[in-house]
Amino acid sequence: MLKFVARRLGVMVLTALALTFVVFYLTNLPPNLEKLARTEGSVRMTDQAVADWIVGNGHGGSVFGRYAEWIGIAPGWTLTDEKGVTRGRCIAAGSDPAAAPNYCGVLQGEWGFSTVFKKPVLESVLQKLGSTGWLMMWVMIVMVPVSLIMGVLSGMREGSRLDRSLSIIAIATTATPEYVSGVILVAIFASATAGISPILNEWGWISGRTLFLGTATSAMDGITFWNFALPVLTIALYGIGYIARMTRASMTEVMTQQYIRTARLKGVRFRDVVLKHALRNALIAPFTVIMLQFPWLLNGVVITEALFNYKGFGWTLVQAAGNNDIDLLLGCSVVAVLVVLVTQLISDIGYVFLNPRIRLA
Amino acid sequence: MTDTTWDPTKPILEIENLSISFFTRLREIPAVMDFSCSVMAGESMGLVGESGCGKSTVALAVMRDLGKNGRIVDGTIKFKGRDLTHMGEEELRHIRGSEIAMIYQEPMASLNPAMKIGAQLAEVPMIHQGMGRDEAWNLARQIVADVRLPDPDRILQAYPHQLSGGQQQRIVIAMALMSKPALLILDEPTTALDVTVEAGIVDLVKDLGHKYGTSMLFISHNLGLILDVCDRLCVMYSGEAVETGDVIEVFDKMRHPYTQALFRSIPLPGADKNSHPLVAIPGNFPLPHERPKGCNFGPRCDYFQDGRCNAAEVPMFPVPGDDRHATRCIKWTEIDWDAPMTLKASKPKTPIGKVVLKMEDLRKYYSVSSGAFGGGSAKVVKANETLSFEAREGETLAIVGESGCGKSTFAKVLMGLETATSGSILLFDENVQSTPIQQRNTNTVSSVQMVFQNPFDTLNPSMNVGRQIIRALEIFKQGKSDAERYARMLELLDLVKLPRAFADRMPRQLSGGQKQRVGIARAFAGGAKVVVADEPVSALDVSVQAAVTDLLMDIQRENKTTLLFISHDLSIVRYLSDRVMVMYLGHVVEMGTTDQVFQPPYHPYTEALLSAVPIADTKVIRKRIVLEGDIPSAMNPPPGCPFQTRCRWKSQVPGGLCDIEMPPVQVLAGGHQLKCHLSAEVLAAMEPVIQIAAE
Repeated sequence: MLKFVARRLGVMVLTALALTFVVFYLTNLPPNLEKLARTEGSVRMTDQAVADWIVGNGHGGSVFGRYAEWIGIAPGWTLTDEKGVTRGRCIAAGSDPAAAPNYCGVLQGEWGFSTVFKKPVLESVLQKLGSTGWLMMWVMIVMVPVSLIMGVLSGMREGSRLDRSLSIIAIATTATPEYVSGVILVAIFASATAGISPILNEWGWISGRTLFLGTATSAMDGITFWNFALPVLTIALYGIGYIARMTRASMTEVMTQQYIRTARLKGVRFRDVVLKHALRNALIAPFTVIMLQFPWLLNGVVITEALFNYKGFGWTLVQAAGNNDIDLLLGCSVVAVLVVLVTQLISDIGYVFLNPRIRLA
Repeated sequence: MTDTTWDPTKPILEIENLSISFFTRLREIPAVMDFSCSVMAGESMGLVGESGCGKSTVALAVMRDLGKNGRIVDGTIKFKGRDLTHMGEEELRHIRGSEIAMIYQEPMASLNPAMKIGAQLAEVPMIHQGMGRDEAWNLARQIVADVRLPDPDRILQAYPHQLSGGQQQRIVIAMALMSKPALLILDEPTTALDVTVEAGIVDLVKDLGHKYGTSMLFISHNLGLILDVCDRLCVMYSGEAVETGDVIEVFDKMRHPYTQALFRSIPLPGADKNSHPLVAIPGNFPLPHERPKGCNFGPRCDYFQDGRCNAAEVPMFPVPGDDRHATRCIKWTEIDWDAPMTLKASKPKTPIGKVVLKMEDLRKYYSVSSGAFGGGSAKVVKANETLSFEAREGETLAIVGESGCGKSTFAKVLMGLETATSGSILLFDENVQSTPIQQRNTNTVSSVQMVFQNPFDTLNPSMNVGRQIIRALEIFKQGKSDAERYARMLELLDLVKLPRAFADRMPRQLSGGQKQRVGIARAFAGGAKVVVADEPVSALDVSVQAAVTDLLMDIQRENKTTLLFISHDLSIVRYLSDRVMVMYLGHVVEMGTTDQVFQPPYHPYTEALLSAVPIADTKVIRKRIVLEGDIPSAMNPPPGCPFQTRCRWKSQVPGGLCDIEMPPVQVLAGGHQLKCHLSAEVLAAMEPVIQIAAE
C-alpha cells in the first residue's frame, strides 16, 4: 500500500511538473509578455523599451530557466541597473538585496503577486478555493445520492417504465448546459417579475420579492438555503444526469451477470437482489466517474460562479485570464493540477476497497 | 415447507409436452418442442445434446427463469404434483433455492465477486428457513466441510476470486445444498474444470445425491460423464427429445440414429486415426427457425427415407421390453442396430521424418509481485522447467496436462510471443529461443503457426473470411499478385473443406466448427511446417470435433506437418497422437509413444489423469483414483517432486525421497521416460487403469 502510494506520488509530481510547464510556457509566450510590459509600463513604449522592460523584469532568457526560477529550484534573477539599484525576483521592493533569499518559487511559498487583486497570489487563491470548496461540497451532497439512486432505480429493470422516465430526466438534465439551466432556474424561482415568485408574493406566502436569491454574493459571508440553492442546483443538475446514466449502464450490466441469476434462483427477493448483490458491483464504475467530477467541478464552476456572481475559484480564473495576470493564472493552474491528481489517487485507492478482485500494481 | 399432498412414489418432476419459444421482433423461435420427461425421487436424469439443442432451456424453464423473451407456450412442468408453469412470483421464490436448486457451468461467474463466500451461503437458510445469522453461518461452515473443502473457516471469509475453479464449484454445490433441496439441476457443472477436478466434483455430487436422497437433472454434452452419474438419460436434438431411457439400455441398445451417430463420433478406446477413424456426423445443426419438416435429424441421417422421414412430425415410440425406453424415430424397427459400422477406408500411417524441432532444457520463469498495492515480495513463477524433447516431421506430439501446468507458456515461447529464460529451441537447425516474434523472419513465422482454442474470438468480426486468409497470405509474403493470392485463398478453403462461397461470409455467419476450419486455413496459409494446436476442438461440439480432428489429420498427411497437439482431453489424445508428453507444474513427468503412456507403467499423475476421464462405454471398467486437493501454485511449488502433495504412490518410495529430491528421469524400455522415484519393480507391478470387460 505504502509503496503504491509512494510510486503514485512520484508519478503525480512528474505529471504536475509537465502540466505546469505547459501552462507556464503558454502564459509566457512573447506576445503575452509584450502585453504585460505595456500594461505595467506604458502603453506608448517603443518596441526597444518593451524589450528592455521584459529583460529588466526577469522575463528574458530561456523559458526553462524562468520555469525553474518560478518553481524555486533555480536562484531567482537579480539585476543591478545603471543607478546601482539591485532588483530581483526574490527582492521585495525597498528591502536589502543582501538579505533576500536566493530561491523564491512555488516551492518556497512565493506564488507571486496578483496584479488584479493587488495581493499575494497564494492568499487570494486559497481564499477563493475555500469559497468554491463550499459550493463543491454542497453540489456533491446533492448530486451523488440523487444520481446514484436514479441510476440504480432505472438500471435494475432495464426497459421498464420507471427506467424510461428516469432516463428521459437524466438525458434532459445532462443535455442542458449550466448557462441555460441557471437562467431557467433564476427565471422560475428568483425573478420578481417571472416564474412563481410574483404569485407566491401575491398570496402572501413569501415576504421578500423573490423566493430564492438570484445572486450568491451574500453566500460568501454566510451560506443559507435561499442564497445557495440555485447555484448548487445548477451545477448538480448537469452532473446528476451524467452520473445517473453511468450508474444505469453499470447497473444494467450487473443485472445480466450470472451471479445475479444465481441470487434470483436462490430465492432472494428482488429488492435484496438489487441492494445486496448488485449494488456494490454496480458502484465500481460510477465511483471513478464521481471522482472525476471533482476536477470537472473546479473548472466547470466558472459559468455558474459568473452567473450567480459568487467570487470563487472559477470567477478568479476568469479574472486572471481576462487581465493577463500571469502569476495568478499560474497559481490557479497549480491548484487545479493538484486537485486533479489528488482526487485521482483517492479514486484509485477507493477502487481497491470497492472491488476485492483488484490488485494495483 | 414440504407439500403434504405429494406422494413420494410419484415422480418428483414431471414435464409433459413442454414447448418453449423465444420471441424476437422478427419471429417466434421455438427452442424446445414437445418435451416430456419425469424424474423420480432419488433418481438422476441426464440431459445430453449438443449446444443449441435446448437442454439448458429446459433447465431454466423448470426454474421458470427464461428471461423476458422466453415463454412456455405449451405443456406443464409439475414439481411434487404442483404445476410450476402457473405459479406466481412469490410462490416460485419459495421453491427456488429451497426445493429446487441449480448448479451452473461457470462457477466464477455464478458467485458474487464482491460478497464473502460465507455471506452468500448463509443467505439461503436465512431466506427460506428464517434462520438467524450466526446459526446460518454455522450451517454454512458444516456444508462447506461436507463438500470436502479444507479449512472451512478461511473459505467462509474468502472472496470468490481467492479460490480455485474447483473450490468455487464446490461452493456453488454447497450453496445449492444449503436447504436440502428435493431436486438439483446441474447445468454442465464440470465443463469449465480440469479433468481431475471434474472427477472429484462428480464423486461429490454422486455421494451427496445418495446422502440426501436428492433427485438430479444433470445436463451435459459429455456422454461419459452421464454414464458415470446418471440412472436415466434423455438425448436431445434440435429442441426435441429423440431418445430416452435407462442409461445402460440406451448406451448398449440405442434406438435412434442420432444417438448412434453421436457414439460413433467420440473417440472411445479402440478408435485409431489410421485403422479405425471416427465417423463425423455430416452436415450442420439446423438453426431453430430453419428446422426441416418431419424428423429434425433427417437431413444428416444415414437411414433417411424421403417421403417418410420428412412427411409429418415424428412421435415418440416406446421400445417394448425396456424400462421406459422410447425413441423418436419412425424407422426404428426397420434399422439393423447391431450392424457394424461401415468403416471408412483406413488410411496409411504417416511416415515420421527427420527432427524439425528440438528443445533442450528450456526454462521460462516469470516474476510477479504480490500484495494489493503492488508491494510485497517479488515471486518467481516457474512456468516451464527443464523441458527437453524433439518433434519429427509428420509426427503428432500431444502435450497433456491440466490448466496451469505450463503447456500454454511452452507454446508461447515456441511461437516467439515470449522468450525463454534459458535453454535452447532448435527449429529447422536455427536457434530461436531468444528471438521474439517481431524479429523472426517471415519464413520462420509462417512455418510455425498456431490453431487456437476458441474459434469464436480469434477471427476478426469485421473482416470477411476470404479477406482474413488473404491478409495472412500477404503477411507471409505468399503469392506475387492479388489475383494469385485470391486463387491460393480458394485453394485453402478447399483444403479445409469449406465451400468456396464462404470467402464472402462474415465470421458471425459461421458455426463454431466452420470458424475453426477458417482458423486452420489461416494457420496453413504460409505452408506451416510446425503447427501448435492449442485445444483446437475443446470448444466445439462432439459431432463437429470428429470432423475437425479428421481434417487436421488429413492436412498433416498431405503436408507432412509436425503437429503439437495441446490438450487436456485424453480420449482425443489417444486417438490421434503418435507420442505423448504429460506435463505437471512446468515439468515433463512422462513422455513416450501413445501406447507406452496409455499402458502401465504409468507416472502416478498420468495414472490419475487416465482414471479421471469419463468414458462413454459400458464395457470399460475404470479404476477410480481421485486426486485430493488442488494443483499447487506454480508460485510456490512443493519441495522435491512437484506431484508429491497429491501422489498416492508416495508411501512406496523409501526414505521420504519425494519430499526432498526432484526425481530423476528414468528411461524405460523403448525410450519411455518417467520422472519418478518409484523403483522399477513397483512400476512394473502397476495395473492398467482402463480395462475393457470381456463380452
